[in-house]
Amino acid sequence: MKLLRVKPGHGEILLAEGDVDVPEQELELIEAFRRELDAGLWAAVPTASRDGRREAELVKSFDEVPRDAERVIFFPRAAGGATPPAGGLRARTA
Amino acid sequence: MALALGTAAVVFVALLCELGRPWATRTARSLLASWRARREAARRGPAQIPFDPGRELRAEHRARGLLRSCIEPEDWAMYRDLGFLRVWGKLGEETGAGAPYAYLIYPHRPIIAYVPRTGALLNEYCVAFPDQSKPYGSTLLPDSDDVLAKWMALRADERALIKDANMHLPGRQVDPELVRRDLGRLSRWERGRAAQPEGARAA
Repeated sequence: MKLLRVKPGHGEILLAEGDVDVPEQELELIEAFRRELDAGLWAAVPTASRDGRREAELVKSFDEVPRDAERVIFFPRAAGGATPPAGGLRARTA
Repeated sequence: MALALGTAAVVFVALLCELGRPWATRTARSLLASWRARREAARRGPAQIPFDPGRELRAEHRARGLLRSCIEPEDWAMYRDLGFLRVWGKLGEETGAGAPYAYLIYPHRPIIAYVPRTGALLNEYCVAFPDQSKPYGSTLLPDSDDVLAKWMALRADERALIKDANMHLPGRQVDPELVRRDLGRLSRWERGRAAQPEGARAA
């Protein structure tokens, strides 16, 4: 399992990687997971539904992460109300 | 008597000076170095980071790779070709392609809700994912990471994301004409994809 975090100016960075079936590595993953959640980030697990559709699941504790998950992606929590940049968004719309 | 006391005082002061000289020298050097460092920092300005003209581009390349690995190949092709992503609403009676409403996700712009059957625009949902750690001075994620964050939040908990977002009528931040034009582009793009043989559609 890999714990990834998306960051401005960088894209994703690898926070931790390990096998959840190895106790020492699982502990490291849990610590890294808690650190990011304590920093106020959201955690999402990319998954696939029964019909194969790609989905995502928000998790609030390491226990909620499926054991077979390959990745957990941390990203900043949502804040309502994006501020339009100078010049306005209307002009920038593609 | 006075002469003896005066001499003793002078000797005592000289002794104190001699003993305190290393400490005084160290303190003076430390203060000087600290003042120089402050002066240098003030000259350079706050949080000077070496200029790297390729940083944002590299970040966006990484973000596109991550987005591509998380969403459907068809959705990736849509984003690659059109610059936005359509996500079907999940709270209606039908889901998937028959859903009564859908969203358009643009990078760093509000999420647009619309009715696929008629093309009518419903709302703008203003939502952002600001990273307050500002590793390079900005809170903005790379474009594709912003799209991924919106996509994951919508797919995982559509109701919560919409509840937290600031809702506005269409036209508040994104020109409705441009959205309609994008819906037209999407429609043409889908027709074009449908006309292609299966193998040629590979993203």
